Amino acid sequence: MIDEALALSAALFVIGAVGVLTRRNAIIIFMCVELMLNAVNLSFIAFSRLYGFSGQAIVFFVMTVAAAEAAVGLAIIIAIFRHQQTVNLQNINLLKG
Amino acid sequence: MSHFFYSFHFYLFGILALASALTFVTRKSPVAAALWLVSTMFCLAALYIMLDAQFIGIIQILVYAGAIMVVFLFVVMLLNLGHPKEISDARGKLPSIVAGLLGVIMLALIGVTLRGRMETSSAAAERTMSAQVERVGAVGAIAEPLFREYLLAFEVTSLVLLVAMVGAVVLGKRRTA
Repeated sequence: MIDEALALSAALFVIGAVGVLTRRNAIIIFMCVELMLNAVNLSFIAFSRLYGFSGQAIVFFVMTVAAAEAAVGLAIIIAIFRHQQTVNLQNINLLKG
Repeated sequence: MSHFFYSFHFYLFGILALASALTFVTRKSPVAAALWLVSTMFCLAALYIMLDAQFIGIIQILVYAGAIMVVFLFVVMLLNLGHPKEISDARGKLPSIVAGLLGVIMLALIGVTLRGRMETSSAAAERTMSAQVERVGAVGAIAEPLFREYLLAFEVTSLVLLVAMVGAVVLGKRRTA
């Protein structure tokens, strides 16, 4: 089942990456990043069947960092929304030359 | 028979996860997208449990589907983003095609990388794994690397959470001065 899990993990990661590239809503892009993290977690779990439980410990860390990242990232999105009244990344182009 | 039962459900949850993920990236409304992502996470939790990671599977449901996605939905509702606005959320045709091509290339690269690396015979390793789970339990098996090899990382994790908490409060606070 490890091969199937790795194939699914690759597919989910690519779906997340394509989502990041094609969407403009900052929150949806953020959720796509979460999907990519989940895909990597799946391959960690699959490999932990071959190489022992360290893989599952790493997944634990990834989840913690993802939770921290979601909290800070969403706070930043709220702060941006207060200034710009939008979360559409097309309108947030202050650094564009 | 039991093996067939196992494979059937493994493929079922795999296909459901893939379908939910595809629906998730194509939804316009952020609320619908978030709910489809929750569905993906539940399917992944089922797969984790089938891959002998029972503890991680439950944590996946509690932390990802329960906590992180609720925060996402909360922000969507707080900012009143539930309805798709007049400016289209998705990028135009050309960027989508380029992104799709990049995705196919990425998938091919991952496939080529994995093909050379896979060890196909994992039966022995899996047997020792289930033996260990039977001996110390699903939580005890993870606790061992967590509190021996990765003890420092585990402690640093608490610092990360503290910094994230303070940072979120500072960023989210309204300036009243």
